[in-house]
Amino acid sequence: MSITVADLGLGGILSIIITAVLAENYIFSKFLGCCPFLGLSENPSNALGMGCAVTFVMTLSSLITGLINKYILVVFELEYLQTIAFILVIASLVQLIEMFLKKSVPALYSALGIYLPLITTNCAILGAALLCVQNSYDPFVSAIYGFASGVGFTLAIVVFAGVREKVAFADIPKSFKGFPIALVTAGLLAMSFAGFSGITI
Amino acid sequence: MNTLKKMMRAGIIDENPIFVQLLGMCPTLAVTTSASNGFGMGLTVICVLALSNFLISLLRKFIPQQVRIASYIVVISGVVTAIQLLIKAYLPELDKSLGLFIPLIVVNCIILARAEAFASKNNVVMSILDGIFMGAGFTIALTLLGIIRELIGCGTIFGFDVLLRFGYTPILFFVQPAGAFITLGVLIGAVTAIRNKTDGRKKALKGDEAK
Repeated sequence: MSITVADLGLGGILSIIITAVLAENYIFSKFLGCCPFLGLSENPSNALGMGCAVTFVMTLSSLITGLINKYILVVFELEYLQTIAFILVIASLVQLIEMFLKKSVPALYSALGIYLPLITTNCAILGAALLCVQNSYDPFVSAIYGFASGVGFTLAIVVFAGVREKVAFADIPKSFKGFPIALVTAGLLAMSFAGFSGITI
Repeated sequence: MNTLKKMMRAGIIDENPIFVQLLGMCPTLAVTTSASNGFGMGLTVICVLALSNFLISLLRKFIPQQVRIASYIVVISGVVTAIQLLIKAYLPELDKSLGLFIPLIVVNCIILARAEAFASKNNVVMSILDGIFMGAGFTIALTLLGIIRELIGCGTIFGFDVLLRFGYTPILFFVQPAGAFITLGVLIGAVTAIRNKTDGRKKALKGDEAK
């Protein structure tokens, strides 16, 4: 049986949100979505845009994949097609959002550039959809979980972009410039996020 | 024979997916808590990469240009699903330790990058070889990272006691997420330093001026 909103109550929902944002942050404890995290974190405003795009897509895709799983895949006993079905839903959803942004928010569209289509291959999105099924969440609980995970991702990428801006001015060894120092920085941030790992409600 | 050598060198050294192209970071960081996990993940990726390159190369003349990415994703997710079911059936332990990251191979940038950059332009045999060599580069990087993390974090390699017998106290930090980021960062930094040196002083200086 899947877990519904009514089963969880307010406390349960809050616990899902806090766990997803802090204790089990997608970047720092689950390693989901590292590519945009490392690639698009040069300045905080772009990072915020990317974070919002991911949160938006993740909420919608968790809801839709939850519905598809509950009413199509489980009913016809096609659970083994989950990966294929989910990735197709996500790819078309991203395409839709891209078209929408191009028309109505061209500034954000040009800022996100090539990273928007890359949301399709962002493992955080597919990961969220698969984790919801694994935890047997109801579609609406999945949407809440997806939203909270997206917020956690946004928090991580914005904080990281802020730190990276400062690191850019530091005098670091030649071979560590760019990517390697970014990874070490992320490691230090992950250490601070590990402090949240004991939290349970 | 010469091209074969060149491709091998490209996949493992010159264009190593992890150390040079910096693709596919999520599984790299997540599954390398031990050498055997990293190695298992690498082998899985070799299978997926060779098969998906094979299929995409076979279909390259039938796939319309406009919908090629979507078609590649469908092919790749089909291959991954098949391999996931095989692993679940025959290697349940590997399935347990890699968990979510087996289906997530679908969205691994390496697979799509090779499909787009190589398999869609080359013949079937070359594409399979490219898949195998790129996968080998990935496997070597993951195994190396796994060995380092396991050795420092648990005192073992592939589960065999190496340092513990000398009274070594494992530094748990290295098998934790933060340790993954830092170990990979230092490793890539070291590889870059070695590459800069072997590329010759002149080239390294030129690269710096360009930056």
